[in-house]
Amino acid sequence: MFTHIGNTRTRRRLAATSALIAALAVAVPASQADAQTFRWAFQGDLQSLDPHALNETFTLGFLGNVYEGLTAYDKDLNLIPALAESWENVGPTTWIFRLRKGVKFHNGNPFTAADVVMSWKRSLSEGSDMKAYGRKIKDIRIIDDYTIEIETPAPNPILPRDLVFLYIMDAEWAEANNTLEATNVKGGEEGNYANLNANGTGPFMVVERQPDVRTVLVRAPDYWREIEGNVERGVFTPIAQDATRVAALISGELDMAYPIPVQDWDRLEAAEGVRPLTGPEARTIFLGMDQARDELLYSNVKGRNPFKDRRVRLAFALAIDVEAIRDKIMRGASVPAGLMVAPQINGFNPELNDRWPYDPERAKALLAEAGYPDGFEITMDCPNNRYVNDEKICQAVAAMLAKIGVKVDLLAQPKSKYFAKVLAQNDYDTSFYLLGWTPGTFDSHNPIFNLMMCRDKETGAGLFNLGGYCNPRVDELGRLIESETDPEKRQAMIDEAFRIHKEDVGHIPLHQQPLSWGVRDGIALVQRPDNVLDLRYVRVLD
Amino acid sequence: MAEASTRRSRRRPVLDNELLEDFLHAPVAVLAAVITLGFFLAALFAPWVAPHDPFDLAAVNLLDALLPPAWLEGGDGRFPLGTDDQGRDVLSTIIYGARISLGVGVASVLLAIAIGVPLGLVAGYAGGRVDAVIMRIADVQLSFPAILIALLIDGVARGLLPRELHDELAIYVLIFAIGVSGWVQYARTVRGSTLVERRKEYVQAARLIGVSAPAIMLRHILPNVLGPVLVIATIHLALAIITEATLSFLGVGVPPTQPSLGTLIRIGNDYLFSGEWWITIFPGAALAILVLAVNLLGDWLRDALNPRLR
Repeated sequence: MFTHIGNTRTRRRLAATSALIAALAVAVPASQADAQTFRWAFQGDLQSLDPHALNETFTLGFLGNVYEGLTAYDKDLNLIPALAESWENVGPTTWIFRLRKGVKFHNGNPFTAADVVMSWKRSLSEGSDMKAYGRKIKDIRIIDDYTIEIETPAPNPILPRDLVFLYIMDAEWAEANNTLEATNVKGGEEGNYANLNANGTGPFMVVERQPDVRTVLVRAPDYWREIEGNVERGVFTPIAQDATRVAALISGELDMAYPIPVQDWDRLEAAEGVRPLTGPEARTIFLGMDQARDELLYSNVKGRNPFKDRRVRLAFALAIDVEAIRDKIMRGASVPAGLMVAPQINGFNPELNDRWPYDPERAKALLAEAGYPDGFEITMDCPNNRYVNDEKICQAVAAMLAKIGVKVDLLAQPKSKYFAKVLAQNDYDTSFYLLGWTPGTFDSHNPIFNLMMCRDKETGAGLFNLGGYCNPRVDELGRLIESETDPEKRQAMIDEAFRIHKEDVGHIPLHQQPLSWGVRDGIALVQRPDNVLDLRYVRVLD
Repeated sequence: MAEASTRRSRRRPVLDNELLEDFLHAPVAVLAAVITLGFFLAALFAPWVAPHDPFDLAAVNLLDALLPPAWLEGGDGRFPLGTDDQGRDVLSTIIYGARISLGVGVASVLLAIAIGVPLGLVAGYAGGRVDAVIMRIADVQLSFPAILIALLIDGVARGLLPRELHDELAIYVLIFAIGVSGWVQYARTVRGSTLVERRKEYVQAARLIGVSAPAIMLRHILPNVLGPVLVIATIHLALAIITEATLSFLGVGVPPTQPSLGTLIRIGNDYLFSGEWWITIFPGAALAILVLAVNLLGDWLRDALNPRLR
């Protein structure tokens, strides 16, 4: 047996060496032959090719290379026309959008007004996760093939921003392939065609899709716009293991990888041929608590819901030492947050960004006062491949809560399973969770609408308010903010909503995570603060 | 040498004073035994031996995270081998991890024995069609690597069991997977010995006076074939520990909430190239030493009990 092990080791080393030699031998000519191939990796896979399946920045950002909305962001997050050439707010709730002519889907079909209407309806179908965006539109009237009139449920000055991630699919193609309804992240149904096939107007076409293995894009022949990038072929691979992802980048197997674990920044700095690309991300990571149910789904407290008591929520907030998380887990690279929005977001007020202080003694006293002197047990849902160090943060939170007597049973899973469990499509199946949010519109109304307003199936408000936090005044403010056009009044309302939300401890904001990319030398790209990689701006230089 | 061999050939019971004498004259075997025993004792008495309880979340402090071993700059005397990313003492997690590793290893060896020995006895004693069926099954299984079978069982179990039960049942699934993947060797060895034993006079005599077949197998043959089983079990223990570590390293073994040595190595692997080498190197070294010791012990035992080497 002993010799057997020895043999295996030797063999493995031999295998590794020969693999290395093979890689070197292949890598040199390959990089010269197809210079415009761009290979990149993320820690998880995109949920689906369906643009309406999951409202997640990574999935939508990836699909932004294949599908497009009426409007888009440029590399500096300025709003630019995309499939709409221009728009105009003709009445309080009426907009005219003039659509771009001569745009073709990848299958050759022309893009027209009918596609917009179908895509909007699709975003409101049963399985869709994009309802919050779809419900910003009350009705669409087709004036002619290239002009539409959009009616909103209320005056909405930022409607064009709400349309960036509402991607347009070919109506004829959807009809022919029986995919007029969005893929449900919950799964279970027989395969939805759009889940594994794509047909957009974007600069790239999907030519290969193997979920969790790789996805290959090639440049579409007649893209309607000139772009800076020169990528002809994009190969995307999800690599879950941090160390493996970094090693693949350093070895030259990848042109770009993200996120780079914060502890490896120095290593990338020191390694030859690669560099870390970092910056502040507009994403806020927070904890949420189920305050809606009368009894928690996953707790040993029966007959009542401890999170309905503000003292319990406050105790949780006081128990978390976010500075320790920053110093030890994020290696100083995160920014502790007191608000649900990052400084880059319109409506952020630095004066309100202070946190509940770390005070475990008071937390314990509050728990006792609320009737839980010995704490209680609770299951926490956590993704392990979505945010920077997400699982480690959850482990640390569990340890911190243990010190005030709350026993956390951590359920950390890959994001595909995590989202399928906790989102509205699965009836918010969680009691305590970690989530991150980047406002797609870069405006404070977005998180107020999605995370803080009372859940309302009609309007789509609170769709991602997984814990069901509900305060009538915040709800009212949310509606007022949506239609208020005076910046000062609007800011005052935003401030009030955030202040009430913090006083209520509706959620517990933790921090803004850093953007943490690793890029090979010879690649020029743009790092957007929402952590989206847009291939339109990727240039392969050698 | 000739004198020694005649002396030894008289030996009947498996363990006796001469064996002990041999043992004491083999320093490598003694060292291996001491190390193995040390691991077993530490694992058994982990709550008293380990300086900290790494699973008591209330006692773990994030501010202690990523401290290097005590003798390096920045180290802390409270954590002799340093701490991991959550502030757990590496030495304590190794001791608790060895507990899981050894527990799974011993249990799966016992399971493999419980399956393999009776099947081998029956095959060897009954012969004919029964023998053919059992041994063909064994041959088929032997054509696959044990780790593959363990992975298969583990994967199927994960597919069948509800998600909430995975963590609770992970250890039992693992024991089952490793145990089932290892029974063949026992069956083959026991069958071989049984074939020899059943032709001997004492078995013939027992049959003549009408002792039932199960009683003969159990009371007469079994005690005489246990020697080789003991040897295989020792070597199999090392293999079982390695298999468990491999599965846990691949992420299909025990959950991180009760990490085995393999799980610890996997978790620490993320930090290996980032400078915090101690999180993975120490559990790795502990695993290597443990397996080496058990292997050496098994090797020695095999040589000592092998009649050809006597």
